[in-house]
Amino acid sequence: MTEYSNRSQYPQARADGSLDIDLTSGKYLKLWQGPNHPGITGNMSVELTVCGDEVVEGKTHVGYLHRGFEKLMERRTFIQCFPIVCRICVPEPDFNEYCYAAAVEELAGIEVPEKADWIRTLILEMGRINSYLMYLGGQAGAFGLGVIGQWTTYARDLMLDRFEELTGARIYHMFIMPGGVRDDLPEGFDQRMEETLQEIESTLQDVYDTMFRNAVFKKRAVGLGYVDPAWVDEYGITGPVARGAGVAKDVRRDQPYLVYDRLDFEPVIATESDTYARADVRRRDLLMSVDLIRQILARMPRQGEVMATLPNVLHWKIPRGETYVRGECSRGEYGYYLVTDGSGYPRRVNVRGPSYTHAMTLLEKLIVNVNISNVAGLMVSLHTYPPEIER
Amino acid sequence: MSVRDLLSPFTAWKNLFREPVSIKDPFNRPASERYRGFHKNDSEKCIGCGTCEAICQNGAIDMLPADGVATQPGDSGLRPRIDYGRCCWCALCVDVCMTGSLTMSNEYKWVEADPDKFRFMPGVDKKHWDDYEDGYRRPDGHRLNAPERIDMPELAPAQRIDSFVEMVTGYTVEQAQLEADRCVTCGICVATCPTHMAIPDYIRAIRDGDYERGLKLLYDSNPFSQICGKVCTRRCETTCAASHEGDPIAIRWLKRHITEQVPHERYREIIGAPGPATGRKIAIVGAGPAGMTAAFDLARAGHQVTVYESESHAGGMTRYGIPEYRLPSDTIQREIDLIVSMGVEMHYNTRVGTDISMQQLQQDNDAVILAIGLWMGRSTRIPGSDHANVFKAVDLLRRIRDGEAIEAPKSLVVIGGGNVAMDIARSMARLQKQQHGEIAVTLTALEDKAHFLADPVEIKESIEEQIHILDSRGPQECVIGDQGGLVGLRTWKVLSIFDEQHRFAPSYDENDEQLHKGEWVIEAIGQMSDVSLLGEELTEQLEWNRGRLQVDDDGRTSESWLWAAGDCVKGPDVVTAVATGHKVAASIEAVFAQQEAQT
Repeated sequence: MTEYSNRSQYPQARADGSLDIDLTSGKYLKLWQGPNHPGITGNMSVELTVCGDEVVEGKTHVGYLHRGFEKLMERRTFIQCFPIVCRICVPEPDFNEYCYAAAVEELAGIEVPEKADWIRTLILEMGRINSYLMYLGGQAGAFGLGVIGQWTTYARDLMLDRFEELTGARIYHMFIMPGGVRDDLPEGFDQRMEETLQEIESTLQDVYDTMFRNAVFKKRAVGLGYVDPAWVDEYGITGPVARGAGVAKDVRRDQPYLVYDRLDFEPVIATESDTYARADVRRRDLLMSVDLIRQILARMPRQGEVMATLPNVLHWKIPRGETYVRGECSRGEYGYYLVTDGSGYPRRVNVRGPSYTHAMTLLEKLIVNVNISNVAGLMVSLHTYPPEIER
Repeated sequence: MSVRDLLSPFTAWKNLFREPVSIKDPFNRPASERYRGFHKNDSEKCIGCGTCEAICQNGAIDMLPADGVATQPGDSGLRPRIDYGRCCWCALCVDVCMTGSLTMSNEYKWVEADPDKFRFMPGVDKKHWDDYEDGYRRPDGHRLNAPERIDMPELAPAQRIDSFVEMVTGYTVEQAQLEADRCVTCGICVATCPTHMAIPDYIRAIRDGDYERGLKLLYDSNPFSQICGKVCTRRCETTCAASHEGDPIAIRWLKRHITEQVPHERYREIIGAPGPATGRKIAIVGAGPAGMTAAFDLARAGHQVTVYESESHAGGMTRYGIPEYRLPSDTIQREIDLIVSMGVEMHYNTRVGTDISMQQLQQDNDAVILAIGLWMGRSTRIPGSDHANVFKAVDLLRRIRDGEAIEAPKSLVVIGGGNVAMDIARSMARLQKQQHGEIAVTLTALEDKAHFLADPVEIKESIEEQIHILDSRGPQECVIGDQGGLVGLRTWKVLSIFDEQHRFAPSYDENDEQLHKGEWVIEAIGQMSDVSLLGEELTEQLEWNRGRLQVDDDGRTSESWLWAAGDCVKGPDVVTAVATGHKVAASIEAVFAQQEAQT
């Protein structure tokens, strides 16, 4: 359990089990963390009730970033949805592109060329690396280790260069489209990717030495935000948060998609289930992604098409149907539930991002009895991206 | 926690001796080759189809008139203007661009004080990145719509060569839907079609499976839709946006498909009954596409229309000039019956000028329309062309269509490279196959193969049917043998057809002479109108333009009671005849309305 439990005698529980928080008593204070980027998790806020420097209650508030993607998609043709889905999650946009494309392909009965599946897997792993690098910087920064963020931003920038040469864009790649991917790997890509991977490995070693073997980080992170393995199913916890609690959940292995069944890997787990353990799971998962990219480039076919023939996308109608397509993103299970009604527009799109459960219900549970100074570190340890909460 | 955890972080100091990794001059960092930066548009290549505008999910593209870009057939004259306040650089516009004119540079920096400047017309508003080589362009093979046409099922050459059975069998519903799916609904074809049929709309009706709506749309602008569905010259397809980087949409075959899907007994109800009678009377001379189109329009407006036709059946050149294997008689008859059912009175076997005079028609009617077509074949007037075995293609085609038993010669030569030449060559080949089992048809054309006047499909099918096509051959003499019989055609190699003033003045290489053997020579070099029906007095009164009747923009001649339409004033082809038929009908209606307003 966390080292902060039973730290305070306030608030006391009433007979019915509810907390007796009397804001007029002078013991408590309302404190808003956010919505302006508490830590780096994006535009959401936590309404804290503190007693001294200890959080006794936290309410999560979202709505600062609502752009109504799911509704927007109901008024866009299937191809027109393709450029907007990536915007649902800024730091790891490719999962939106993949899940949306896969859902559309399934309902429209489009077979994607094999090579496109390999390139899609490559892109998703590249995106995972980016997402983890951004996380590591944020996690360290939340505990005052500013330089880690500078290093990981540098490493991420190298990967963005690879994205740029492959997809034609750095952040919103708009590359995985229904039917396949836009283009083949550029010439000489493998070598430049290998150089990038080596640089990332080197950066990660530095991160390991200065962050994971750092008394300050350990002092702050060990024991913070303990997640009981029993909560995993109860709260719908997935990804590194679950794996940090010793539950080896990984969609890549459990329900293999794309070409993951042809790659060699084992889910990375830890048992301590605290902020440190989760950070370490992500660091090792990142190294696994580096390995997966090497496997992909070594094994992928170099000949063949990367895009299926689509019907005329301007009046593309998809037969009535529904599907749920999932994938393992850097934060857990990412899924798209798509309903079609035979028209040229999606009838309903529902995006299942892991942040919804992690950043709202789970955070409200974990935040109790946490020192105010650790709130940002705790939030970051759940690795949540508010844009995907507010699809 | 250990001593190592206290010391390890100090390894960060090693970076003191490292070069900075940040780019010192980020503003001059070139983006990658594929980078989706600012747009470029090759304005010459762009046809203003607006497909980019249609696909843009941000509404960032507007199609607008552009300086220095003229509207012309196949080009709307509009160009895309992009609003960078809305654009998200997804490049769907580039992917869907029908001509490949729209691309992106890898430029990503643009600084302006005036925000309106970021709304610009690539290619028209010149930018420094217009010359950039790098940037996103649609990768090879990456298409958002199928570039290839669904082939029309047709009889194989061996199956069709000895019969006049219709060779095209028509799309199935599935084939038609696939073909209809390729259309991007830009509507450039509508402007090109002489009668401005609502092409994207009826193609949409096919996609929707709503054939009755499709049929209504067809007959709103073309009462010869069944016929045009089979033999239209389909200029629409030559300007189709899809033709720039793929096959044009099979617009003609899709039109045909609609007419085949609706039961014929439903036609009249869908098209609608004529309006109440007006008491106005109109006489139309000639029951071809122009005359019957005008009859259709005017009868539906409630006027009393009488059509005089010298032949025994209506349809004009569609019946007597186009071979049965392209256009079966029952198709023509259905079309004519439909028009007649609107209350048109038909007088067959009635030759105006002989059986009834123009003066009579003028006296009995409020307006008269001449739609007399081009029925007289032109002659090359080369030596020997007055021989009995030298024929005019139009005359022969008419005799074949009339069911006359023609004894085909064992070999023959056709002069001409247009569709009529192909029609007669292919018809005679069929007769030869039926009668002799062998085909020996040589076709000589003035034009080289790249400039043949005939439809490329006709040329391809003629070759399939073993017709020997020779290009750049100028006819010099129909050679007559010692016994007085025709031996063949002597030709010279054509060096050029037109002189420097673009006048018809062929020049030949006399050293390259050939004799093409043939018992017959058939001339298919053009037709003219037989205007003898007008009589001397009226011929004197009317104004003429190079042998054709002079008409104004509305199809009205210099005589206020007389209009003219069809091949005799413009064309020749069916859909142009239909268009001019509509035009004179509208003009007559306008005159009637004017007269009524004055009384």
